[in-house]
Amino acid sequence: MPAIAEKNVRWVKHPKLSLAEQIYLPTIAQGMVTTISHLVKTLTGTNSIQTQQYPEQKPSLPPHYRGVHRLNRDEQGRVKCVSCYMCSTACPANCIDIVAAPSPWPDREKYPELFVIDELRCIYCGMCEQACPVDAIELTTIFDLTGMSREDMMFDKEKLLSVFDQTVAMGTDPVRTKGGRLSVAAEPAGSGLTTSSSAQS
Amino acid sequence: MATVLVNDISVDIGDEKLNCVQAAQRAGVTIPHYCWHPALSVVASCRMCLVMVGEKKPDGSIAMQPKVVPGCQTPVKDGTVIQTMDPMATTAQKATLENLLLNHPLDCPVCDKAGECLLQDYSFKFGNASSRMVDEKNTPPNKPDIGANVSLFTDRCIMCSRCVRFTREVAGTAELHVVQRGNHSEIDIFPGHPLDNKLATNVVDLCPVGALASKDFLYKQRVWNLKTVNSVCTGCSTGCSIHLDTNKDVVYRLRPRFNPRAQGHFMCDEGRLGYHQVNSSQRFRKPLERGESGTRPIEWSAAVASVDRGFRQVSGVDPGNAWFVLSPFLTLEEAWLLASYARSVSPFVRIVSGPVPRVGEDDTYPKDRKGRPASNIKFTIRAEKCPNRKGVETIVSHFQKTPLSFGDLLQACDAGSAHFVYVTGGYSSAHPGFRVDDADKLSKVPNLIVHDLMPSALTDRANIVIPSAAFSEKEGTYVNHAGLAQSTVAGCVPLRGMRTDGQVFLDLLGRKGLVRAEEIRKEIGKAVSVLAALAQGSTGEFGVFTGSGS
Repeated sequence: MPAIAEKNVRWVKHPKLSLAEQIYLPTIAQGMVTTISHLVKTLTGTNSIQTQQYPEQKPSLPPHYRGVHRLNRDEQGRVKCVSCYMCSTACPANCIDIVAAPSPWPDREKYPELFVIDELRCIYCGMCEQACPVDAIELTTIFDLTGMSREDMMFDKEKLLSVFDQTVAMGTDPVRTKGGRLSVAAEPAGSGLTTSSSAQS
Repeated sequence: MATVLVNDISVDIGDEKLNCVQAAQRAGVTIPHYCWHPALSVVASCRMCLVMVGEKKPDGSIAMQPKVVPGCQTPVKDGTVIQTMDPMATTAQKATLENLLLNHPLDCPVCDKAGECLLQDYSFKFGNASSRMVDEKNTPPNKPDIGANVSLFTDRCIMCSRCVRFTREVAGTAELHVVQRGNHSEIDIFPGHPLDNKLATNVVDLCPVGALASKDFLYKQRVWNLKTVNSVCTGCSTGCSIHLDTNKDVVYRLRPRFNPRAQGHFMCDEGRLGYHQVNSSQRFRKPLERGESGTRPIEWSAAVASVDRGFRQVSGVDPGNAWFVLSPFLTLEEAWLLASYARSVSPFVRIVSGPVPRVGEDDTYPKDRKGRPASNIKFTIRAEKCPNRKGVETIVSHFQKTPLSFGDLLQACDAGSAHFVYVTGGYSSAHPGFRVDDADKLSKVPNLIVHDLMPSALTDRANIVIPSAAFSEKEGTYVNHAGLAQSTVAGCVPLRGMRTDGQVFLDLLGRKGLVRAEEIRKEIGKAVSVLAALAQGSTGEFGVFTGSGS
């Protein structure tokens, strides 16, 4: 690497502090003005900034918020997932684990025997719901999930279906279900997945 | 010398008899095709390989035929010109794909073939993004009972008839047929005659779409999650070249790999499904030592030291009382290392090759109408159910100048003159190498070491059991019935805490470091004249013939 020519070098000196700056007191006073003015506004009730009283008061989040996953049910209450592994393939955190099995129902071929999401490993990017061809997985507005152990945070199929029930009961459907704009394949009488295997002889 | 012009790329085909698809492959151009397969007869029924074909005249002018022709059925000669990108050819390809997709259910998310499906690939490369079909699709019922190992998803079929021709031409058993006509054609069997010949699952590999599925692999994995290495089937002495498909160190599938020197394009179902032992939970994981109070697991280093101590004790008194049994399931490298260890202590230690499991006679295909073997053999399932008899016998005869057999060892056991016996196993549970009375004779040996995969009558009688690594977990070379040496690569890492057989032998020899098959292969090639072909280290994609054949 060539050395830098002397003419191209500019030496920057540390700025010299004045006496007022060296003793800090004027700056502290300046800060106190801001603090006290907010105090006065709060005491007189003229402050425009509101404090939300969480957790007594829960925030209402927009439906496209990306919180805990849910596994959707179809009209008959069965898991909608067809176990195609698209979500686990798309997942950048590799947190979705699926074990597929032949489905017990005549109208489809495959269903998830196990479906586990490691909610601790998940980065809540929402790529799983984008990848899903049957709109079976969605991210809900539930954000405050806690657990006492790592195992607690491994959400299995039953738990993910219970999140569906919970969010349906709360009336906080995610944006796609809420908007009613599901993909063709997810429609019950559509032409795609659901009719292809209608008879398993 | 014949020169063919493919999309303006000139390719020399020598004096071979090729069709347009093959000639284009030589030029690096893909002509899409479904029904054509190099091992099957040509029917030109799928119409996917339609191309423009013409001829270069001696005066340099090119005369093209005024229509598209099926490339698979059109032979090439000197001066043939093939145009795959001509508008007429690409329009024909698009139209063919649209026709094939009319009744295809497009259930790729739940189809096992997705990811390695030619219909997906060609639609992406040569097809349309949308369909003009407005009517209801045909939805014929699935036939899950079409065969013991094969299931048919009838609606996905594109009627290429590769499976039908396979059962007629290669298996000869002709179970599959096309029934109905036109748009309602289906693949089917005669009632009561399922697809259950010993080569049946090859139709799954042949199927270019997801219509025929292997029941063993169905819904187990998506194919893009699998990692594939080149390996060799250890089911019989044919030594079929295979693809070993694994995910997270679990073997999910074996598929035949084309090898003109070994077996061709196919493999048998017994070999294909023979991998389950590898994933068995019964496999040994730690060395076991038998004491007064039953067996207990011991550390690897303790096991190696204990074997070495026992061997040196016996050979210190009379090395003729120490025996080593080299199983035909060992790789060449492992056999070499173990025999070297035996010889490193004394030249009088006895080395024999293990029993060779044989079942009936060689089973050749195609069969004729009555199930008898026909004369034009296309595939052979060997009676010898082990991969490396020839290789291990070569190694044994290199070290053991006066030949001994496993029977001599059993006699020595009866006579009480075998004091230390090291037995290697690895036999498949379907064809066990040691009979129970062999095990009883061997149990008279005061110090019996058994190196094996799974519990058996013999391991129950052993003083020390050393776990063996499965064929998918180790690298090495197998020599098949014709003397073809093929090296394999490890598809998975061994079970947690396991040592491969080669590593144990290297530790016994006192050599430092990890075992590397290629280095040992070079050693063998230099030392054993009949295996000199191995001296280069690599055996290439198709393997090399050694002098131990014929």
